[in-house]
Amino acid sequence: MNALNSLLDGFGTALTPLNLLWAAVGVLLGTAIGVLPGIGPAMAVALLLPVTYGLDPTGAFIMFAGIYYGAMFGGSTTSILLNTPGESAAVVAAMEGNPMAKSGRGAQALAAAAVGHFAGGMVGTLLLVALAPTVADLAVDIGAPDYFAIMVLAFIAVTSVLGSSRIRGLASLLIGLTIGLIGLDQMTGQQRLTFGSLHLADGVDVVIVAVGLFAIGEALWVAAHLRRRPPEPIPVGRPWLGRADLRRTWKSWARGPFIGFPFGAIPAGGAEIPTFLSYVTEKRLSKHKDEWGKGAIEGVAGPESAASASAAGTLVSMLTLGLPTTAVAAVMLAAFQQYGIQPGPLLFEREPDLVWGLIASLFVGMVLLLALNLPLAPLWAKLLRIPRPYLYAGIMFFAAVGAYAVGGEIIDLVLLLVIGLIGFGMRRYGLPVLPAVIGVILGPAAEQQLRRALQISDGSVTGLVNTPFSVTVYAVVVLLLAWPLIRKALPRRTTTTAGAPETPEASESSESRTPTDRGV
Amino acid sequence: MTTPAAPTPEPKAEPVQPAAPGTPRTARSWLRDHSELGVSILLLALGVLVLTDALTMNVDITQRGPVGPKTVPVVVGIGLLIVAALLAVDVLRGGRGQAETGEDVDLGEPADWRTVLLLSGVFLGSAVLIEPLGFPAAGALLFWGAAYALGSRRVDRDPLIAAVLSLAAYALFDKLLGVPLPGGPLMGVL
Repeated sequence: MNALNSLLDGFGTALTPLNLLWAAVGVLLGTAIGVLPGIGPAMAVALLLPVTYGLDPTGAFIMFAGIYYGAMFGGSTTSILLNTPGESAAVVAAMEGNPMAKSGRGAQALAAAAVGHFAGGMVGTLLLVALAPTVADLAVDIGAPDYFAIMVLAFIAVTSVLGSSRIRGLASLLIGLTIGLIGLDQMTGQQRLTFGSLHLADGVDVVIVAVGLFAIGEALWVAAHLRRRPPEPIPVGRPWLGRADLRRTWKSWARGPFIGFPFGAIPAGGAEIPTFLSYVTEKRLSKHKDEWGKGAIEGVAGPESAASASAAGTLVSMLTLGLPTTAVAAVMLAAFQQYGIQPGPLLFEREPDLVWGLIASLFVGMVLLLALNLPLAPLWAKLLRIPRPYLYAGIMFFAAVGAYAVGGEIIDLVLLLVIGLIGFGMRRYGLPVLPAVIGVILGPAAEQQLRRALQISDGSVTGLVNTPFSVTVYAVVVLLLAWPLIRKALPRRTTTTAGAPETPEASESSESRTPTDRGV
Repeated sequence: MTTPAAPTPEPKAEPVQPAAPGTPRTARSWLRDHSELGVSILLLALGVLVLTDALTMNVDITQRGPVGPKTVPVVVGIGLLIVAALLAVDVLRGGRGQAETGEDVDLGEPADWRTVLLLSGVFLGSAVLIEPLGFPAAGALLFWGAAYALGSRRVDRDPLIAAVLSLAAYALFDKLLGVPLPGGPLMGVL
């Protein structure tokens, strides 16, 4: 009831002409960015962080949310028409979508994806409206030990759930924590890792870290391995769906959100696992099993709906707990910090206009996406032909603008290049970038909460585990850490470190049935 | 507890084709195969750096509360040392980090270091030029230079796009968003 009133107020905020404009800009920019090869949503939001210097928070977050949803939609267009997905979340869209495009059904594949995103986003955002205030209420009196526990959970989840190697994830996290240490200690003013430099005493701005790792690192990495001949996109007309296709897809659209949303809300890698789970589910339930692998439309509709809903789930944990579960959420958290706003249970009390305006604008953005993208699809497809030198030169250019806008200092640009080179090395040696970014963003906050908690308990470590909430969170952390051992101990389970596509299937079958038919 | 396999604390090595045992190899190709050890060395160096900085900190006066400004850096430093060691073990046992893939990435060919160096050089050069030349001019040079480094040779089109993009970004940030960027002599003339 209360949530409904707040949501109506939110629509009041979101439907002002200026905020509508930001939503439209975000959605269009997001789709363009998602379609452009090489730029993911996280890089897009990172490159746009400098607008936070000139925009009010509500407008900025409405735009960022539009970018997030738009980029997810755009990414599936790339997958379907090019078959070379750059983001893990769009991999599944290529599996059925690209064969469809090859056999001349690209328009239907794009339509199934677009409506899937709309349906998934709508259901996901409704779940967000229903759940977020409750979670915020439950968590409203959490204190320093609880915050610290949540941050530890974020660190552990991001290093051990994502990626194929825990050591490399941990290495990345520690690099991020180290960068976060640079500057004056927040509680005592002690200089740390500044080496006497006045500039470093201010710390390294999180904009520079995010832009350096996501944008410069990526541009340099691609530059070193640029494909001589970029792949040719399959030409496509205006998306539409026939009656027979609709009959096949509506159930998939409806199922997707319930797979996507929960996975978005927990730190399990965003859209990667739920899209794959949805794919497997749709395949099992499909009446047209012979078409799978050759272009089954359910295989586009379900996963795309799940992907969009997982984005809504991500926002639940980000807004109510301040826990970023994906790279985009991490960069958005950085944007909150730029404004001096701490996302968390109190956000709904302190900034109701911002939060509910943001949530309402998600609905607006979804409608805009559907209305714009169906007619604009052929135009988006043209973006795939952009000459690659311009694309990556543009990324370098906007990265430089962003870093320079931080303080108008040349040294920031040098720092940006150094961090970009670190990002390059991380891509070369398979160190995931996300843990480093989370380390930089959450590291200083985690240290502060830790010290606050220990101050309250007068140095006793029990002060960290004296609430039911923190104990629960630590239990989850232990479970995550022990998971490989538990898996080994379970009988008849595969013990090989399977690649990304294998893992979700394995965990899925363990939930739904006994794993007797599995063996690698 | 009927756990069949004793839980081992060792890192899980990914089964990436282990080098055929017994094959004679030169030291150079061994190093090439194990270049990831460099990451381990860098982590080690970083760990030593963080620990040195933390332990040489003078905190007796500023110490407030049971956990001072030293504690977390010490933990991070030790963590770096441990991860450096674990990574080295993993690499020596045949584990390899997977290089990132992407739409425009072709891992089939060796890395093109010339482009990377050229790009970095263009970036640094333009950064230095921002103050004397102003942002629009330096930004245009950055875009043109980067496009050139990446293989674009359209002398008619490249500078034009660079100039338009740079001026548009300048107008957007300086005028619309209120983020001050130096206009330089060029903007003084216009």
